[in-house]
Amino acid sequence: MTMTHSETKSARISGTRLGYRFNIVGMVGLSIILFWALVAIFAPLIIPYPVGEIVDLDYFGPMSRDFWLGSDYLGRDMLSRILMGARYTVGISLAAVTIACFSGVVLGMIAAVAGGWLDTILSRLLDALNSIPSKLFGLVVVAAVGSSIPVLILTLSVVYIPGAYRFARALAVNINAMDFITVARIRGESTLYLIRSEILPNIIGPVLADLGIRFVFIVLLLSGLSFLGLGVQPPYADWGALVRENIGALPFGAPAVIFPSFAIASLTISVNLLIDNLPQKIRDRSE
Amino acid sequence: MVNLVEIRDLKVEATTDSGRKVEIIKGVSLDVAEGEIVALIGESGSGKTTIALTLMGYARPGCRISGGSVSVAGNDLVTLTEKQRAKVRGTEVTYVPQSAAAAFNPAATIMDQVIEITRIHGLMPVVEARARAVELFRALSLPEPETIGSRYPHQVSGGQLQRLSAAMALIGDPKLVIFDEPTTALDVTTQIEVLRAFKSVMKKGGIAGVYVSHDLAVVAQIADHIVVLKAGEVQEAGTTEEILSNAKHPYTRELLSAFEPKPREAADAAESAPAPLLKIENLVAGYGASKCDGLPLVRAVEDVSLKVGKGRNLGIIGESGCGKSTLARAIAGILPAAVGKIVFDGKELGRSARERTRDQLREMQIVFQYADTALNPAKSVEDILDRPLVFYHGMNARARSLRIDELLDMVRLPRNLRHRRPGELSGGQKQRVNFARALAADPKLILCDEITSALDTVVAAAVIELLKELQRELGLSYIFISHDLSVVEAICDEIVVMYGGRKVEDITPARINAPHHPYSQLLFSSVPKLDPAWLDGLEQDPELVRAYCRR
Amino acid sequence: MNNRVLSLVLSRLLIAVITLVIVSFAVFFATTLLPGDTASILLGQAATPEAVEGLRKAMHLDEPAIFRFLRWIVGLLQGDLGISYANEMPVADLIGGRFVNTLQLAGVTALFSVPIALTLGITSAMLRGSPYDRIVTVLTIGVISVPEFMIATSAVLIFAVYLKWLPALSFANEVTSLTDLLRIYAMPVITLSFVISAQMIRMTRAAVIETLNTPYVEMALLKGASRPRMVFRHALPNALGPIVNAVALSLSYLLGGVIIVETIFNYPGIAKLMVDAVSTRDLPLIQSCAMVFCLGYLLLITTADIIAILSNPRLR
Repeated sequence: MTMTHSETKSARISGTRLGYRFNIVGMVGLSIILFWALVAIFAPLIIPYPVGEIVDLDYFGPMSRDFWLGSDYLGRDMLSRILMGARYTVGISLAAVTIACFSGVVLGMIAAVAGGWLDTILSRLLDALNSIPSKLFGLVVVAAVGSSIPVLILTLSVVYIPGAYRFARALAVNINAMDFITVARIRGESTLYLIRSEILPNIIGPVLADLGIRFVFIVLLLSGLSFLGLGVQPPYADWGALVRENIGALPFGAPAVIFPSFAIASLTISVNLLIDNLPQKIRDRSE
Repeated sequence: MVNLVEIRDLKVEATTDSGRKVEIIKGVSLDVAEGEIVALIGESGSGKTTIALTLMGYARPGCRISGGSVSVAGNDLVTLTEKQRAKVRGTEVTYVPQSAAAAFNPAATIMDQVIEITRIHGLMPVVEARARAVELFRALSLPEPETIGSRYPHQVSGGQLQRLSAAMALIGDPKLVIFDEPTTALDVTTQIEVLRAFKSVMKKGGIAGVYVSHDLAVVAQIADHIVVLKAGEVQEAGTTEEILSNAKHPYTRELLSAFEPKPREAADAAESAPAPLLKIENLVAGYGASKCDGLPLVRAVEDVSLKVGKGRNLGIIGESGCGKSTLARAIAGILPAAVGKIVFDGKELGRSARERTRDQLREMQIVFQYADTALNPAKSVEDILDRPLVFYHGMNARARSLRIDELLDMVRLPRNLRHRRPGELSGGQKQRVNFARALAADPKLILCDEITSALDTVVAAAVIELLKELQRELGLSYIFISHDLSVVEAICDEIVVMYGGRKVEDITPARINAPHHPYSQLLFSSVPKLDPAWLDGLEQDPELVRAYCRR
Repeated sequence: MNNRVLSLVLSRLLIAVITLVIVSFAVFFATTLLPGDTASILLGQAATPEAVEGLRKAMHLDEPAIFRFLRWIVGLLQGDLGISYANEMPVADLIGGRFVNTLQLAGVTALFSVPIALTLGITSAMLRGSPYDRIVTVLTIGVISVPEFMIATSAVLIFAVYLKWLPALSFANEVTSLTDLLRIYAMPVITLSFVISAQMIRMTRAAVIETLNTPYVEMALLKGASRPRMVFRHALPNALGPIVNAVALSLSYLLGGVIIVETIFNYPGIAKLMVDAVSTRDLPLIQSCAMVFCLGYLLLITTADIIAILSNPRLR
């Protein structure tokens, strides 16, 4: 009886730890994120027209019953293009943020636990990488090796590894100074055990919140690069590329240039809202 | 109006993280007469600071005065507007904080902050305020009263800052001063001087005071009345004499009994010297890059030798910065010693923990002061106790589960606590889990680094009792590091006094009342006694005080 | 200034220099990764192998990369930025005028946005939890969450398309009057101001709130100090370091924002020059532009760090 009681209690607590409880604003953010995730997965099944096909006689067509979000500069259906664009924007960003945070967090924890020269060298190198403005870095690399999706993913992750590293290292250094780490060390535990069992469980909440924020940065950078023509290349198009393609519609204020921007904003604002409404414990950032 | 302060049926509400409202002060009433000092005493979480702050019409963020009245000199602070309250603060009621170091603005000079009250309320011209501040500095026996005001807070010591904050409180001629644990962060030898200064200034000016503390002996020296609090309610109130000699409430008695010296049974001492379990010879340890002679830049432990017999306990006592914790870390191999030998159970140990075998590590365990940071908050009690069993003993899951039950029994914790995380335990429970983890290794020697210092008096006394019992059952040895003489006296067979990184004296319980070394004499005589006349009757050699106190 | 501060500042400067060396290394090798042989690209498809070989020699392309790197660094230090591949003009001349244009844009933006952002940041921290604070917070989150080009396009839509107040494009060579100047700078400055102000407001607000939560500010309250006194006498002097730090860091966002803004408004600055250089694969030009950007960025972060050290009263 008491067992089950305390069991449910500890389950509730760990639920809070992972951020399962948020308020209304957080819920709205989460639903929009889930919506775009589902769109990215099922896009080919739900688009009303094939993405590459010219279906409207007019270009920069207005919103209508046939073309909910109007048509683009060639007369292609914008709704279909935006739904398919979600695949590139969400997919590339998600891949990049996963790589960036995984490598950053692992390196950060190793640096914090190992300390000494390894920490100094890693920190110096990654700080130097951090002193290249992110857009500039993207610009130079994409110009150098051309723009393909794998190159984009790698570039975006390299740009954000230093940030993830600094964040995780700062957290891990704080944890590493705690007595329970000292206790584990003089028990004779290995570095791997310290990182996996003692440090990681204590920083996972903030690290996940940080992953969300970094995801927003990556979406923005990817969109920016695509807008400059250095991101996803035609015939494919992510949301940033859709804005670039249809920038000619700006003087008329046609939907073709407005809605891709809205799509980006809805995703990034939702992620921010979700993170800002996570329980305080997770949001505590040491940066 | 008879009394300066009348608190009636005060209720304070706090909002928890999850948004629930909890009543933390549950209808407290108390009085303070003109010129009288009333002590609020209780353990952490008893609401003593919260009540004291309501005397200024203030509740910390997240808290709210939800009922009752707090009248000071005829004004009910609960019903005043924020503007009217601001007028009372600093002029009628002032505040001396627990940590003066944090309460001084690091970006302004001390003088500017001491006389700020006169500026805010336009009490007197700046020149007059400065002169008055210097007078107060003198009355509080601060060094260089003429110039100390021009320094910045980080340039003076903790004991001085504490007295400076009293000057800050007294500058506006208040009717009531609130002291919030003003000597808790100080060393005992420094505490005496600060207490004396407070007492003489208050008595001379006939100022009323509310003195918040957890330490009955300190309160006995300064208070006229004592109010005992627990869980936001008054347990007992009376004059200091009444409370000390004739306490009625069981909780007060418990508090008092925690003070009674319980020296170890003489039987142990009669035993002829047993074979030493641990022998330290000429240990030097410290921090910073090592110099060319192999010694560290800052030497915290200087040439210390000591012995611990099997089944015996050694106490190491000294004030903050005397090197006692560094010594423990050097023995445990956390901070490798630069010079010296550590012989444990007949074998010489490596200086660094990395050079020791797993069995050597297992046989010597260390328990830290703050259970909050010594227990991984992300793990359950079960997982915490489980790891040493796997790591040292390689037990299977069934055996481990049984052993965890046993360990919890040993430290007198209910078995169903095993699924909780440290954050869901009380301070005393956490410290017991902390200790159980050390026991899980089946050690021969446990280094206890200030393990009772963060605990409330009653809880600490229970932990000490537990340690004694376990020693009888398991034949353990302890090295007990503390700044608190009464704790060490209660459990140790032999006491080492440290000062400035060196061992100044070895004392056996038989000689506890007659230490030879002048520093030991000073230290031992500085520990407050429950007797209210103790502070006034205490005479210390001023030469000695000057030589050994850094205040 | 005492020795401790001096040594901290010096070590920070040393770190900046080391970082600059690593960065220049990275920039050089990233750009040498450009595919294709530069010499044959420059001479076109009709070039004879001998001509290509000759040019390779003349440009030292046949030497190991490390020598070319050293040659390049030495050149940079002497002010020789090399010759542009695309139009055979010295890179220094190409960059010079453009750099001034960008500095003007950045300067006007900073003048405009720093006071506004600081006021908003400090006041919203003072009125924490009020409707005003919530509105400011929501707006800053909104601005931070959207790409710069979206702010730029929205600005165009609002001011040029619907209100018709301003032209959509900038041409800095047609300035004849003050109104022209205003019209030219307005759109890029508005866009950039939004981008960096949002960052600055957020960081300033956080810095002030942090100091407002300290025990010494509570102490001031218990001395009977008014709210303005608590903020201006006790919180702000201690938040100064973090605030200046926030300003410097936010200004470094200018560098990223400027790339998009100059492109979208066709503003003849150094960022536009670089984007164009990327499309023509003009190696020396890309390298030099990248170094200018990194130098500016590093300058700002280092300044921020040094100010943080100098403003720490405990080091006085």
